[in-house]
Order: sequence, then C-alpha cells, then structure tokens
Amino acid sequence: METSATRAVATGPRKGRSRLIRFLGTHRGVAIASLVLAGFVLMALLAPFIAGDPAAINPAQRFKGAMPGAPWGTDHLGRDVFARSMFGARHSLLVGFFVAMLTTLIGVALGLYAGLGKMGSGVLMRLNDAMMTIPAVLLAIALASILGAGLWTVIVAITVPEVPRMVRLVRAVTLGVRQEPYVMAAISVGTRGFAMIHRHILPNIAGPVLVQATYVCASAIIASAVLSFLGVGTSPDVPSWGGMMADARARFRLNPELMLYPGMLLSGLVLVVNVLGDRLSDALDPRKARGSDL
Amino acid sequence: MWSYLAQRMLAAIPTMVVVAVFVFGLINLTPGDPAVLLAGDNATPEQVERIRERLFLDEPIWTRFLIWAGNAAQLDLGASIYSNQPVTRLIAQRIEPTLMLATVTMIFTLAMALPFGILAAWKPNTLIDRAIMAFAVLGFSVPVFVIGYLLAYIFAVELRWFPVQGYKPLADGPLETLRSLTLPALALAFVFAALIARVTRAAMLEVLSANYIRTARSKGLSTLRILIVHALKAAGVPVVTVIGVGMATLVGGVVVTESVFNIPGIGRLTVDAIVRRDYPVVQGVILFFSFLLIAINLLVDMSYALFDPRVRG
Repeated sequence: METSATRAVATGPRKGRSRLIRFLGTHRGVAIASLVLAGFVLMALLAPFIAGDPAAINPAQRFKGAMPGAPWGTDHLGRDVFARSMFGARHSLLVGFFVAMLTTLIGVALGLYAGLGKMGSGVLMRLNDAMMTIPAVLLAIALASILGAGLWTVIVAITVPEVPRMVRLVRAVTLGVRQEPYVMAAISVGTRGFAMIHRHILPNIAGPVLVQATYVCASAIIASAVLSFLGVGTSPDVPSWGGMMADARARFRLNPELMLYPGMLLSGLVLVVNVLGDRLSDALDPRKARGSDL
Repeated sequence: MWSYLAQRMLAAIPTMVVVAVFVFGLINLTPGDPAVLLAGDNATPEQVERIRERLFLDEPIWTRFLIWAGNAAQLDLGASIYSNQPVTRLIAQRIEPTLMLATVTMIFTLAMALPFGILAAWKPNTLIDRAIMAFAVLGFSVPVFVIGYLLAYIFAVELRWFPVQGYKPLADGPLETLRSLTLPALALAFVFAALIARVTRAAMLEVLSANYIRTARSKGLSTLRILIVHALKAAGVPVVTVIGVGMATLVGGVVVTESVFNIPGIGRLTVDAIVRRDYPVVQGVILFFSFLLIAINLLVDMSYALFDPRVRG
C-alpha cells in the first residue's frame, strides 16, 4: 500500500517538476508570460550568435537605414542598432534579476524580524517608513552618482529604495500568519525560532513575496533604464536600452526609429514581467477561483 | 478629530529627522573625503580646503550634522558648487514649472483614472473591464520617457498640435502654459492613472457588494448617483492612500519628464546637478522632495477624516 506521504518521498525531485508542470497547465497566463520572458532571456544569452558586434564603431556608416549585417540600421557612431538592442537585454535582465534577489533577501530578513515583534522592531519600522518618503528614482540617481559607474553600483542604487516596500509587505503578511491557529498550536507544542520560521511562516509568506519580487524586478528594469537614459551609473559603452534612447535624442525628429526599437523592447520586457506578477498573484491567491486567469 | 490630526503631525517629526539624517549621511558617510566629493573632479586643493572650512569638516560628525540641520531648519541648504547660488533660491526659481506640471498631471490623472476605475468595477469581468485593466498594466509597464517620446513624435513632430519641448511660464498666459505642458503631463498621467484606476476598481468592487448599496438600488436611485455619491465616497480612503503613495513615483517621473521635454523645473535642476556632481544641490533637492512627500502624506491622513467618519473619533 502506498500513502501520499511515501509516494512523495519515493519520487522526490520528479514530484516537484510534475507539480510545476501541472501548475503551469492550470494557470496558462503564468505559463505564457514565463515563456515570453524566457524568450527575452534567450535573446540576451544568444546575442553573440544572432547579432554582430555591438561596440564596433564605423563613422562612415552613420545613420544608415536597414542594410545587410545591420537589419535595424546604424546609430550616430555607425554602430549596429540590432546588435545593441540584442545585447541591451543583458543589462536590463541582469539588473532586474539581481535587484529582485537582493531586495527579497534583505526585505524578508528585516520583515520577518519586524513581523515577529523582536526587540527594536518598532524602531526598525519607523526607519523603514521614513526611507519610503525619499523618492526612489532620486535616491537611486544620487546613489549611482556617488558610487561611480558600474553594474553593481546600479544594482545597489536601485535595491536600496526598493527594500522598504518589501520589508513592509513581509511584516504585514507575517503579522497575519502569526494570528493563525496552526501557528498558535505550533507555539504550544514548543516550536521555536528557526524551525518555526522555516516550517510555518516562510511557506505561507512565499506567495506574496514571490509576487512582490516580480514587481520589484519590473520596476528595477525601468529604474535601470532611467539611470542609463539620464547617463548615471552605466558607462555609455555598455549597450543598454536606456542608453540607446539617450543617444537617439539628438536625432529624434529625423530618426525616431532609433528611439523606437529600444523603447519597444524595454516596454515589452517590463510588460511581460508585470503580467507575470499579476497572473502569479491570481494563481497563488487561494481566495480566487481556479482557471479564472486569461 | 483634532487629537487625531495633532497625533499625525507629531508622528511626522521623527520621520523628518530620519530623512534628514539619511540625506546628510548620503554625502558624509560614503567612503572618501566629503570635501573632495563636494568639490568635484576638477577642484584645486584650495577649493577643497575652502569647502572643508565652510562645512566644518574638522569638527566631529554629529556637530556637523547639528550645524547642517540647524541651517536647513532656517531654510539654508548651503550653496551650489557650480553657480555659488544658495540652494533654496535655485529651488525657488525652478518651482513654477514643476508645480504646474504636477498640477496638470494630477488633473489628467484623475480625469482618466476615476471614470475608468468606476466603469471597470461597474461591469466587472466584461470586455470593457478587461480592456481597461489591460490598458492599466500597459500604463505602468511603459517607462515614462518611452511614452513621452512617442507622444512627442505623434502630436508634436507629425501632427504639430503641441510644441515638441520647452515650457511657457504663466506670465505668457495660462493657455500657452497649458499647451506646453499637455504632452509631458499626459505622459506622466498615463503611468499614474494606471495605478489609481486599478485601486479605484478594487475599492469600488468591494463597496458595490455592500448592503447599503443594495438598499440604495432598491430605493430606486439612479446608477450614476449610486456610483458617484455612495460608492466612490466609500472607496475614497484606499484611492486617496494610493494617490499619496504614488506621489513618490510621480516625483521620480517629474525628474525624467522634465529632461525629456526640456522643462526648466526642479527635476532638470536635479539631473543637471547630478551630471555636474553638484552635491549640495542634489542633497537639497532630495530633502525638499522628501519633506514635500511627508507633507502630502500628512494631507492624505487628514483627508481620511473627511472620507471616513470613524477616523474622526
């Protein structure tokens, strides 16, 4: 005889994978958004194979329209716009991913601490609320300008203003979970400290945190584009969609397509990540009926 | 009610202190000599020494903070390294375009977001609801400078209905000001309205299922009256809250939009100061915007008393 518990132990990792497939099958919206996002990731990874050199300068070929080898034409330095657009995905995805990761790690740690009402959590939340009144974009450009150009500068500069919102969310959800009878029961049988967090609290806050992390990723991609558009934090040599748009400003009336290509890719990527967040939020909310998405 | 207001105002004071400490620390606690950072890359040793003296950099850090905060409390935020003008004067000179842009944006935002949000909540899960919500997701996915250039290309370069960029001050006539601000305000409102339309819809959905709405309906009140007078008022608290929270996003958007449309406001001042590494101005502008947001949130708290009798206590 086989109970569900023994089966779970017996099949181990395969069980996880088939559950994921079943989850994606029920929630098509999540599946489709993930697929498109995977397309962007592929584009970034395969950029060297599908496009030419994004940095090669060719002053003789400035502002040329579509031509063999440069299907989207060339920019003010004669660089291949298609290649820069493909390689530009790397910057956006890297910043989005690392900001979401860092924000989640720091935000969950601080939010749990505050939510469990440990010493000093009142002060922590006051500090957190105060940080939230500093406009995020301003703080990010100021930090990026002080820290000097570099990928990690951009990541840190965007993470700092994102953390307080995550802390607030994790604290609120933790406070809610703490009230649940099963947590009370766990306390009464002596579950303490990390066992409590690991077994009872983390699994229950994972859903909202995952959704929030997705939104953080989307807003980080916008913020990094703003930074490179304003010329802070990212070196102009690194191909980035924001930077390409900044380069295109001078000839905006004559060559609007130089603005259009990176602008559309950027908007498309952010849109996909936001839609993924929305669909995940619907899919992970037990109050919402199944299969209602899309 | 007065005790509630007094309590909110007192609660704002520690927030202001924390923000001040943070903004001060931004320049003073980063690795390296703040005098060198403040003086910029091309400064001579004499210039660095002058700044060192002016900022009392040889004093302990907490003394410096008290001097700086004391000056800031008297509206003295130091002087620009680039132009030597007092930071407060620079901000005051640039306040009109920014204030006008924010006001026009706010009007456009509410004119779009409230009807859309109400309409979506009134006919939930219909085609119109989905179209509005899809528009909302699009709204906060497309970065404001992308929308800005798109609008500028269609309505200024191709159709020539509006100027491509620049700002006409109120002194040139309010209609000219409005014309110069229409496109930037629309670009900003697009993002902001998306956020507010979503919250309006959610709040209205919750209210519309309440018993008193059913009562109002059975009394034979018109749909319009129920939606606007009964439901929207009850949905006011979450909507006003998100307007307050969204202000922080709006400030970021103003900085970017002013660069795109070449509007000489505080946003441009900030970007120019960042590019020139004019840190006293950067510091001053961040402090200014943060305090402005604290004041706006205070107003939001006060408006709760207006919408929700329970808060009045």
